[in-house]
Amino acid sequence: MGIAYNFDWGVLWRQPYGVWLLKGVWLTIQLGLLGWFIALALGIFIGTIRISRWRWLRFLGTAYVEVFRNIPFLVQLFFWYYAGPMLFGQTLQFRINAIIGLNYYVAIVALGLYTASRVAEHVRAGFGSIARDQYQAALSTGLTEVQMYRYVIIPYALRIIIPPLTTEFLTIFKNSSIAMTIGVAEATFMSYKIDSETFHGLEATTGAMAIYLILGLAVVKLMGILESRFRIAGLVGRK
Amino acid sequence: MFDAVAKNISYLLGGYWITVKLTMFALAGGISLGILVGLGRISRKKWVYYPVTFYVNLIRNIPLILVIFWFYFVMPIIVGSPMDPFPSAVISFIIFEATYFGEILRAGYQSVSKGQIDAGYSTGLTYIQTTRYILIPIALRRMLPSMITQSIVTYQDTCLAFVIGLPEFVRRTTIVDNLEVRSIQLFGFVAILFLITCYISSAVSRRFEVKRERGY
Repeated sequence: MGIAYNFDWGVLWRQPYGVWLLKGVWLTIQLGLLGWFIALALGIFIGTIRISRWRWLRFLGTAYVEVFRNIPFLVQLFFWYYAGPMLFGQTLQFRINAIIGLNYYVAIVALGLYTASRVAEHVRAGFGSIARDQYQAALSTGLTEVQMYRYVIIPYALRIIIPPLTTEFLTIFKNSSIAMTIGVAEATFMSYKIDSETFHGLEATTGAMAIYLILGLAVVKLMGILESRFRIAGLVGRK
Repeated sequence: MFDAVAKNISYLLGGYWITVKLTMFALAGGISLGILVGLGRISRKKWVYYPVTFYVNLIRNIPLILVIFWFYFVMPIIVGSPMDPFPSAVISFIIFEATYFGEILRAGYQSVSKGQIDAGYSTGLTYIQTTRYILIPIALRRMLPSMITQSIVTYQDTCLAFVIGLPEFVRRTTIVDNLEVRSIQLFGFVAILFLITCYISSAVSRRFEVKRERGY
């Protein structure tokens, strides 16, 4: 050990720092959940069009996935936050920049768009694992193609991909920490802020680590409950 | 159209070079440590298995950005003097990526048949020799596509060293953007560069995936 360092774990609960951390956690949960809704809806849609019969739809889906997967999330976030408003032209740009809490909304949308590309890949893999005769059986009962996806294929595929989606759900909470770079005061931001006030960043970041671990355990538990609740007897699952 | 990029191109590419250097260090260290982590995860010795498993599960559940901060705060205490962002970032990336490479390699190790390992022992090789000459080479080759994918992820991850003030590609772009206020073209340039390099690398990875079908 080099310099003598006086540990002060009190920064984790002493006021105002304890409240800061709690507020940060609440924001992390909001970012993760709201981003997840966008990611799930958009990801299912894109995963579905990637196996569509129309070539240009497939191309659009593939292009979306490739673009969003191959650019670091930090760069995407900066692009939406700094360049995004400029895309709307000068008059609108100033109005958009005047929105209070713009960084918060941008972070949620960016998280959703990014995670959607990953969800789409799992959805596509889920479709791939469903036997060809299921599609044919659905069509031969007189369902239209849209109905086939809506009532047969997507419900199957979603159940099959619950385990990989759990991983993505965990990842979105971890990725939400990157929102601190545009000033969203979530848990990681708060631990850094505590450091700048007290110089006890080590304790603050360790506390934040514990928070993410607890959050992760909660997500795994929740997805486990979901998985057993929506189980179809006979369908191959984790157990 | 890309006038602000063209004006500052040498400064920006200097930042890109730091990103590339950081990626190289992170990969070399991360894969080396990952080989050991993977071995620890299949070890039958409890005093090896449990600490390694704890380390892997801990790090994989924490955001990378927090790991970077944590090492940035903890290194000065260990070393005894303030540390530059670059070595601090390298250490955090090695510790972080090793857990991901370790899990990939664990799957690779487990895919090597027991018969091949036994064959190694029966020719008189020791544990270390069997691991060195049979287990690791086969696992590395078999896991090559996943390793390349994780390497691309590492390359993308390195821009998070932004947060401790390392003047890498993204940090330099924000500095230029503060002066020029040409966000669309500046961040567009960064995005396109990452898009092209990552796309080509993953195309290479897919080629390996096809070739993998030839057995070992």
